[in-house]
Amino acid sequence: MAEFSLPKNSVVGKGKTVKAEGATNTRNFQVYRWNPDDGENPRMDTFEVDMDNCGPMVLDALIKIKNEMDSTVTFRRSCREGVCGSCAMNINGKNGLACTTAIEDAKGDVSITPLPHQEVVKDLVPDLSNFYAQYASIKPWMETQSPQPEKERLQSREDREKLDGLYECILCACCSTSCPSYWWNGDKYLGPAALLQAYRWLIDSRDENTGERLDNLEDPFRLYRCHTIMNCANACPKGLNPAKAIAEIKKMMVERKG
Amino acid sequence: MTDMKTPLAKVRGLGAAKDGTHHWWMQRVTAIANIPLVIFMVVSFVGNAGKGHAEWVAWMKQPLVSVLVILFVANFCYHMRLGLQVIVEDYVHEHGTKIATMLFISFACVLVAALSIFSVLRIAFGG
Repeated sequence: MAEFSLPKNSVVGKGKTVKAEGATNTRNFQVYRWNPDDGENPRMDTFEVDMDNCGPMVLDALIKIKNEMDSTVTFRRSCREGVCGSCAMNINGKNGLACTTAIEDAKGDVSITPLPHQEVVKDLVPDLSNFYAQYASIKPWMETQSPQPEKERLQSREDREKLDGLYECILCACCSTSCPSYWWNGDKYLGPAALLQAYRWLIDSRDENTGERLDNLEDPFRLYRCHTIMNCANACPKGLNPAKAIAEIKKMMVERKG
Repeated sequence: MTDMKTPLAKVRGLGAAKDGTHHWWMQRVTAIANIPLVIFMVVSFVGNAGKGHAEWVAWMKQPLVSVLVILFVANFCYHMRLGLQVIVEDYVHEHGTKIATMLFISFACVLVAALSIFSVLRIAFGG
């Protein structure tokens, strides 16, 4: 059955509080902590951050915490400008990128937890193996039947424009991990991110395996677990709409029935 | 981790069922058909409110009413069967329990439809 409560060893306890000595302008950051090696339950540590000496984004605060307050705080980050998708996490109940979420837009204490309903590797780092395997399963590359052309494969301006709103996806997993259907059936439902990418290749005018791609998706679980909940579109830090892409795939499924 | 399968092997699993489109489409078709049928039922029931048994029977005996009520019951039960399947697939993960639940739902929906349609026919053709 679907899980509506946390298993005993996942119940989150209260952790330590680290004060900002001598600071006058502070914000509290509650950070989810779990260490696979100590056998303890997860806990929420509170870090009081000196905002007079901190960058504007949630990621800036996390880096400051790691640099100055507790070097064991573990999280992924790389580009710090919303391009790599590494720092996806749940900030005050909403999935987003720590690097593009402004601290001043968050109300009250800033609560930071890993992306929901994924196995946790450590602290804010979720295990995305299944998510990446789902992406690989939709074959995110061009597949063709006709012989290799001498030059590049041509595409009209109009056909290229069909990829707008799809190619920008950075695979941060904010959408899939915000989807209740993905929480309950993430092992079999491909989720909004993989399906958005599936659609990106389905409507690429240069791809010649559209039918095979649809065959691979036509499944009560892989595709049809989407119930148009729309959390994906709400969560996407790039402003994309995976729900719409999934609806388009469903339309293609009906269209090919004749 | 005791499971040595690769993540990709798990995702690819038994392959796509090549199914689901008909279910999805029929859910929409029955939903659209339900709009006029439900309006007919609600308007009729509100209009007949407070009437006695004989008047209800006389209403049901009209050929068009009998047919529309039968269509409503059949369409409604089909739609219910399709919708409940989605809920079971969402939340019931153990395969045996899922099959048993789906059997129960299918039988219950057919039973409700058969009883209702038989009742309408009996009124329509009864003395």
